[in-house]
Amino acid sequence: MQIQLNGEMTSLEGDTTIHDLVTSLGLTQRRIAVEVNEEIVPRSQHDAISLTDGDRVEIVHAIGGG
Amino acid sequence: MSFQDIDHPLSIAGRTFTSRLLVGTGKYRDYDEAAAAITASGAEIVTFAVRRTNLEQSADEPGLLDVIPPDRYTLLPNTAGCYTAKEAVRTCNLARELLDGHNLVKLEVLGDAETLYPNVVETLKAADELIHLGFDVMVYTNDDPIVAKELEQRGCAAVMPLGSLIGSGHGLQNTHNLRLIAERAAVPVLVDAGIGTASDAAMAMELGYDAVLVNSAIAHARQPALMGQAMKQAVQAGRAAFLAGRMPRRQSAEPSSPFAGRIND
Repeated sequence: MQIQLNGEMTSLEGDTTIHDLVTSLGLTQRRIAVEVNEEIVPRSQHDAISLTDGDRVEIVHAIGGG
Repeated sequence: MSFQDIDHPLSIAGRTFTSRLLVGTGKYRDYDEAAAAITASGAEIVTFAVRRTNLEQSADEPGLLDVIPPDRYTLLPNTAGCYTAKEAVRTCNLARELLDGHNLVKLEVLGDAETLYPNVVETLKAADELIHLGFDVMVYTNDDPIVAKELEQRGCAAVMPLGSLIGSGHGLQNTHNLRLIAERAAVPVLVDAGIGTASDAAMAMELGYDAVLVNSAIAHARQPALMGQAMKQAVQAGRAAFLAGRMPRRQSAEPSSPFAGRIND
């Protein structure tokens, strides 16, 4: 299936939870926030939610700003 | 009598702070430079932005929150770069998730990319929505006293008019409006944006502002850590001068030394 990850089309194999995606990106130790289709997915639900074809996923972090 | 005896701590949305200088984390050459400047500034509240994670970056590179750990600073995520209320609310929701439920945010909704002037219509809309969602909103706005009052009455935790355009370093362009806003405020007011050097920060405090928020003036100084320290001292000096109360202005001179007893009398 195809998802849009931070604005880029990305292919995923089979059943993928948000936790799987975050792990595959090497981001498990990082402080991030995840949104799917403009809805926040709390950290506690990363294991429980599977992605579906066409999902728009945003993974954000803190950067310098004023 | 010491300064601490007559001043009270800055209180924003039930949190209290000793420092009246808030700093941003943008525009530094690297994290080391940012860390040194923030430490020198003595700031307790530090702003940051929320952006897409760079998926190419290696997982063990340090992140901004290693430089400003949430257990040491009060973090103030901003909505910089948002042009609509909807984008700003979405950004704040992401920030709250990022910081495990932390609900203090800096709301800024911009009007256009050239001036970065606040879009007040969208700002009011976003403030209403964020307050409804349980956020404590520190709001960036223009120097219009009526708009500042409106934002206060809608429940914003602090109102932050611009001194001049974001990143311009033009200081306080309309001290008359800024003074009106400070005099009429019932919530903490901060000058956000435009501070160019230490005297601008001191002047904001002398006008009666509760605090100032500075980023570019420190980050783009030749020596950021030294400017961080200068800003800290300027804010303290300006605050003390405000509390002390300035002398009245006179139309003509008045000697400091007495006339009586002069040798040629």
